[in-house]
Amino acid sequence: MPNSCRVGVCQSCLMRAVRGAIPGNAQTGMTPTMIARGLFLACQCFPTEDIEVALADEVIRRVEARVSAIERLSDDVRAVRLRPSTPIEYRSGQFLRLFKDARTSRNYSLASVPSLDEELMIHVRRFPGGLVSGWIFEHLEPGALVTISEAFGDCFYVPGNPDQNILLLGTGCGLAPLYGITRDALHFGHRGRVCLYHGSRETSGLYLSEGLREIAATHPNFQYRPCVSEGPSIDGISSGTPLDLALKEIPDLTGWRVYLCGNPQMVDAARVETFLAGAASSEIFADPFLPTGASSGAPTGAPSAPA
Amino acid sequence: MGLYEELGGAAAVNAAVDIFYRKVLKDERISRFFKGVDMTQQAAKQKAFLTMAFGGPNSYTGLDMRKGHAHLVKQGLNDSHFDAVVEDLGATLKELKVPDHLIAKVAAVAETTRNDVLGR
Repeated sequence: MPNSCRVGVCQSCLMRAVRGAIPGNAQTGMTPTMIARGLFLACQCFPTEDIEVALADEVIRRVEARVSAIERLSDDVRAVRLRPSTPIEYRSGQFLRLFKDARTSRNYSLASVPSLDEELMIHVRRFPGGLVSGWIFEHLEPGALVTISEAFGDCFYVPGNPDQNILLLGTGCGLAPLYGITRDALHFGHRGRVCLYHGSRETSGLYLSEGLREIAATHPNFQYRPCVSEGPSIDGISSGTPLDLALKEIPDLTGWRVYLCGNPQMVDAARVETFLAGAASSEIFADPFLPTGASSGAPTGAPSAPA
Repeated sequence: MGLYEELGGAAAVNAAVDIFYRKVLKDERISRFFKGVDMTQQAAKQKAFLTMAFGGPNSYTGLDMRKGHAHLVKQGLNDSHFDAVVEDLGATLKELKVPDHLIAKVAAVAETTRNDVLGR
């Protein structure tokens, strides 16, 4: 086991409990999503009963899944619905790996909600020269059988604090996890504000707008703010980046929970800016979509590759 | 009772870490050294540093300090920057209503790392 400080600070000895009760002090200093995933600090864990453990980063299972539908969300984004042969446990906003073949795979965030949707849903953006996205756009058909991994990642909704305000910032297909987290939170009866800012370069990159406006119409605590970084404000779409717009409208983020997904530069900048605006470091969850290669072989907590 | 217990142990570290890190990032004298660093990793390091400075359990060594700051020394890290961090640490503790004589003790512990941090 990798380890360093041995006093429960550095988190380099993280493990995951598959079964059994984890002593409370083995989870001190962890974020709510890490606790929900059953992660604990091996160096601080003195079990009082048998527990079954796994390496924190292990992606254990691969399953077959049937493609049940492919829908057009915009010119270069498709929703792919998948029906796994055996159900997989997941939380909206986590991601899974989709295999084109034994050696070629990409991570995609889950936009579906376990308690609302029968099928898994991912959003795939077409990348120029993208091996997997090109295959999905050109060759994948409903009815096809594909291999996927179990879901992993730390960027998801944790119930239990229904009055906390939530800020969600995303660019491009970073909307997928945020769409899942939003619907998950509202389904759980979240009462605090839920503010979603989705940014794209141009209006053609914004998608699911209608569905999100419908959700906003029926949930007064939910606010949907689409924005474009190139072009003027028009038809309820603001001009600017999601980060700038959010900080202008919500300058004080003390007590807020923050989710950041999509472009890695945006995610890095937003992590610092939302922290400086008052969000606690343990309440900021991020899923940067790194280019393929940067994340290859990277374990849990690794970002979803978009290509 | 040791310094760490007097300050309130791990709870004190958790209360201080965000306030301290926010001050450091906003401090124009030193913020450039934090440009482009991974914030999650950095927050863990700040926590380890505070635990050490509060007199808590730690496995910090002088060698870790030297290695961890060598690239910053190359970028010009010097005594004035070290002073700025100690000042931000003191301001953090003041904000948390820690009495002055304990703040002085924390500063003294931090001071023991100066030469290692600055690679001397």
